[in-house]
Amino acid sequence: MNEDSPARLALEGITKRFPGVVANDDVSFKVPGGRIHALLGENGAGKSTLVKIIYGVQQADEGTIRWQGDPVHIADPKAARALGIGMVFQHFSLFEAMTVLENIALGIDHVADRKSLTTRIVEVSRAYGLPLDPEREVHTLSVGERQRIEIVRCLLQQPRLLIMDEPTSVLTPQEVERLFETLRQLAAEGCSILYISHKLDEIKALCTSATIMRGGRVVGTCDPAVETAQSMAQQMIGAALARPQRRAAARGSDHEGRARLSIEGLNLAAAGPFGTTLHDLSLDVRSGEIVGIAGVAGNGQSELFEAISGERLLERADTLRLDGTAAGRSGPGRRRDLGLCTVPEERNGHAAVPDMSLTENAYLSARQRRHLARGLVLRKSAARGFARSVIERFDVRTTGPAAAARSLSGGNLQKYVVGREVLQDPGILVVAQPTWGVDAGAAAAIHQALLDLAAAGGAVLVISQDLDELLVLTDRLAVIDRGRLSPPMPTADASLEEIGLLMGGLHGMAAHDPHADVGSAAHA
Amino acid sequence: MIVDILVTVIAAATPLLFAATGELVAERAGVLNLGVEGMMIVGAVAAFAVTLTTGSATLGIAAAALAGLVLALAFGVLTLTLLSNQVATGLALTIFGLGLSSLAGANFVGRPVAKLPELDIAGLSDLPVLGPLLFGHDVLVYLAVAATFGVAWFLKYARAGMILRAVGENADSAHAIGYDVIRVRYMAVLFGGAMAGLGGAFLSLSYTPMWIEGMTAGRGWIALALVVFASWRPLRVLAGAYLFGGVTILQLYAQGAGGIGIPTQFLSMLPYLATILVLTLIAAGRGRRLDAPAGLGKPFRAAG
Repeated sequence: MNEDSPARLALEGITKRFPGVVANDDVSFKVPGGRIHALLGENGAGKSTLVKIIYGVQQADEGTIRWQGDPVHIADPKAARALGIGMVFQHFSLFEAMTVLENIALGIDHVADRKSLTTRIVEVSRAYGLPLDPEREVHTLSVGERQRIEIVRCLLQQPRLLIMDEPTSVLTPQEVERLFETLRQLAAEGCSILYISHKLDEIKALCTSATIMRGGRVVGTCDPAVETAQSMAQQMIGAALARPQRRAAARGSDHEGRARLSIEGLNLAAAGPFGTTLHDLSLDVRSGEIVGIAGVAGNGQSELFEAISGERLLERADTLRLDGTAAGRSGPGRRRDLGLCTVPEERNGHAAVPDMSLTENAYLSARQRRHLARGLVLRKSAARGFARSVIERFDVRTTGPAAAARSLSGGNLQKYVVGREVLQDPGILVVAQPTWGVDAGAAAAIHQALLDLAAAGGAVLVISQDLDELLVLTDRLAVIDRGRLSPPMPTADASLEEIGLLMGGLHGMAAHDPHADVGSAAHA
Repeated sequence: MIVDILVTVIAAATPLLFAATGELVAERAGVLNLGVEGMMIVGAVAAFAVTLTTGSATLGIAAAALAGLVLALAFGVLTLTLLSNQVATGLALTIFGLGLSSLAGANFVGRPVAKLPELDIAGLSDLPVLGPLLFGHDVLVYLAVAATFGVAWFLKYARAGMILRAVGENADSAHAIGYDVIRVRYMAVLFGGAMAGLGGAFLSLSYTPMWIEGMTAGRGWIALALVVFASWRPLRVLAGAYLFGGVTILQLYAQGAGGIGIPTQFLSMLPYLATILVLTLIAAGRGRRLDAPAGLGKPFRAAG
């Protein structure tokens, strides 16, 4: 790389304001040709806004974007693609009811006829080890396969800069490794890659330079190969990261404790056309332990959650026991009385009603266990007091208990809904995605609360797609794949590779393309 | 006798086919316009008034399409630009259309207009059975069928049709890729309005060539049900429209036959009962995907 030639992409003083917040404040950095450059930062650091500006989805208020040294105005994604910028979105921009071919055709500007496009898709997907069947409808595909559609869509336009926004959060470890091979191959061919993530290990493994953002500003640049994950984390959050502490008290001694939550032979039909059927699922969660359920999204996690929470009733009461009481035919209210509290994955609209205040949201789940109603009459001050204690104990940043749930940021609302359940002193707590979209500081606080609950003798079940989280948090770990649950294993003995294989390894890889390995093997 | 019945079935199906095909396009783009009835009846009165005053049925038909389109434009401005609630706005549009049409049509009640001329191809139109069935209709009947096939082709094979489906399926993704969601939805809604207007024109120029207040008699609602019945596919709309047309005619003949002992009021209910029955059966069919566009009825606002 000739250091004198202009950078492929250079940002100079990019500023973007939204009502009440400056998303990007005077951001400048460069991405040279053929380089894998990381953009590192917490949720809310302004990474996603910045890449939307580069891709023309949003417009900067101030600042200049230079492409190969020349200032450019990127009015919309079409203009970005015309320059040679491709983007793989964090939340895929795919159309479920349409075929792979149609999805790809929608994302490229100069469309050839169906037949030659099909041929090109097959060619590109072979060359980069990304097998795809152009005729399949997207809703039948795994998350990993969906991401391949997005990548192939970009590659068909021979991009010179590929933006990847948090690409690995939904992949199995094997799929991550395969993705990295593809990206390295692309970089070797001269394509620049702007890689956005907050996963420090990945950045160390993949990237050759990094820009670190915090609160909308650039706070540093570094060479990830030289830095430690710890030092990058400190720059990213601006303070030393508090690590959750295990309290030794309950664990060990009570490890063979009584089963508080026990599921035996759970079968449950899929709820909708895109759902998953659960097959013969069995699991015990004992007093004092945290059990994790890993798996790629859409493999039965939401069905399992609904079966436990009582949103869906089971055929037989004794399939689900809460502290020994058969509860499979009881509704959520009765199960709460038996000591079960739950935190669903979707905080806005499932865990909390967005337009209701925090106090009102407190009633909705804590009414029984915290006695927030007397007969048919609500006890307003008791509910307000409970909401206030959740806000204080869990450091929820809000204007107070009267604030509407929707006015809280995602991470703060998550702290609130987790706190609301934990402070009900549940005997059994089931949490789905406890730290989804939550920054590292809040995640540590939530993890600590779960550890404390277990240490006090509670049984905690964590359903998460974040393997790192499960490895830190849990005592035992099981993997759910296509509605079946693997036997739980002690987390201390689990290897990442083994978990990855249980998660389905490379979903759909071997199945349709025997040539899948050609490209990457040649590269390796 | 059978041929006569079939010919009237085709006539009864045509306004439904126009309105349902138009609404299908709007819904495939993600917009639920419940104002079909209102757009239809404004089309009917416009067609009748213009035909009567100018003497030109062609102008009348164009006026009907334009009137439906103008109402649809109002709906578009309200729901797409000003982000009002689609259901409430659609209902208001129907009420507005019914009121506007009876005001505009007050002077036309009871006046006659020449029925649209029917196709007459020497030889073909005189064939037994096939002649009246295939070659004896007016231009709107053929236009309705052609439009339905055209829409089927457009949605499946045209790039613009694919973009329209994408917008209806996931507006945020379509926006992120770089399509103008609002523009696509406007076009779809306007098309739906023009088609509903044409359906109205058929009613007042051909089906019963006169103006009667409220002459659409709920056909707009049946058209809306048809779209669901057809699970948002144009060729099934075609089949559904003829089926509902058949039920309508059946009850007319049953009334005419008399003596069955069923009060005529109950027979008049048949098409509407059939609508409810079909919708219930479809909704009750467990495990069957309804194929509704995923973004149907969801407003879209571009961020930033």
